[in-house]
Amino acid sequence: MVPALLMRGMLIGILAGLLAFGFARVFGEPPVERAIALEGAPSHSHGGGDTADTHGAADEPELVSRDVQRGLGLLTGTVVYGAALGGILALVFAYAQGRLGAIGPRATAALLALAGFAVIYLVPQIKYPASPPVVSSPETIGPRTALYLSMVLFSLAAAVAALAGGRRAARALGLWNGAILGGALYLGAVTAAMLALPAVTEMPAEFPAALLWDFRLAAVGTQAVLWAALGLGFGLVAERRLEAARGSGLLRAA
Amino acid sequence: MSHATIAPVTRAISPSAIPLHDILPWAIFAGLLSLVAIYFVGAEQGATSIFEGMYVHEFVHDARHLLGFPCH
Repeated sequence: MVPALLMRGMLIGILAGLLAFGFARVFGEPPVERAIALEGAPSHSHGGGDTADTHGAADEPELVSRDVQRGLGLLTGTVVYGAALGGILALVFAYAQGRLGAIGPRATAALLALAGFAVIYLVPQIKYPASPPVVSSPETIGPRTALYLSMVLFSLAAAVAALAGGRRAARALGLWNGAILGGALYLGAVTAAMLALPAVTEMPAEFPAALLWDFRLAAVGTQAVLWAALGLGFGLVAERRLEAARGSGLLRAA
Repeated sequence: MSHATIAPVTRAISPSAIPLHDILPWAIFAGLLSLVAIYFVGAEQGATSIFEGMYVHEFVHDARHLLGFPCH
C-alpha cells in the first residue's frame, strides 16, 4: 500500500506543480519582470566577480536567459518541488490515515495539505516573506537561508508538539477544547520564535509598495494552488486506492 | 459491525491504519530523496553549493523567488 500511495502522491505532485507553474507564469512573472526592469538591466545575473555590482551590469553574459528562467526553469522548479511535496504528503498520509479519528481519506488528505501549507509555508513567510529579484543582497543569502530554514523547522516542530498536546487535552476536555488548546499552543510557540529570531530588513525604502504587494500575492497564490491541487487531487486517488484494497482484503499487500 | 460503539475520537485507530513498520522504510528512502529535490530547487548554489558555478541557481531562479525561498 505504501509504494502505491507514494507513486500516486508524486504523480499528483507533478500535476500540482504544472498548475502552480501556470499560476506563477501568469500572475508571478509580470511583477518579477517589473522588479528586474527597475534595476535597469535586461537580465538578473550574478556572474560577475565584483560583488558590489553583481546586479546592474547589462553587459554581463547571461548564464541562463530570461526566457529559460521564466519558462523551462520555472516549470522545472515548480514540478520538482511539487513531486517532492507530493511524495512527502503521501508518506504522512500513509501514517495519518485511520489515526486521525472519524474522517475519511479525502478529508485526511485535504486536512494534511492545509496544515502543510500553513505550517511549512504560510507561517514562516509571515516572518521571512518572499522577495522579488534584485532587492536582496547576495552576501546575506547564507544567513537568510539559515533563518528561513530555522523558522520552517521550528514551525513544524511546534505543530507536531501542539498536535500531541491538543490530542492529550482532548481526552480530558473534549475535542473542541483540545483543538483550541492545541491551536493556541502552536500560535504561542511560533509567535515567540518570530519575536526571538532576527528580522531581515534589506528591502530598499524606495522599492514600489504596489509592486511588492503584487509579487508577494502571486508568490502566496503559487503555493496555495500547489497545495490545494495536492490535497484535493491526492485525496481523490488515495481514497480510490484504499477502497480497492479494502474490497479485495489486501490492505497490507502491494 | 456487531458493536455499535463509537470510540473516542482522539483514541480511535481504524483497522485500515497502515502499520508504522510498513511505512518506515519508504519514509526514509523517499523522504530523503524528496528533501534533496527540495534542496536543489530551493537552496543549491545559493547558501551552499554541491556543484560549482551558478547554473542551477540561475536555471530555477524564478521558481526560487516565487516559491518563497530566500534568493537574490
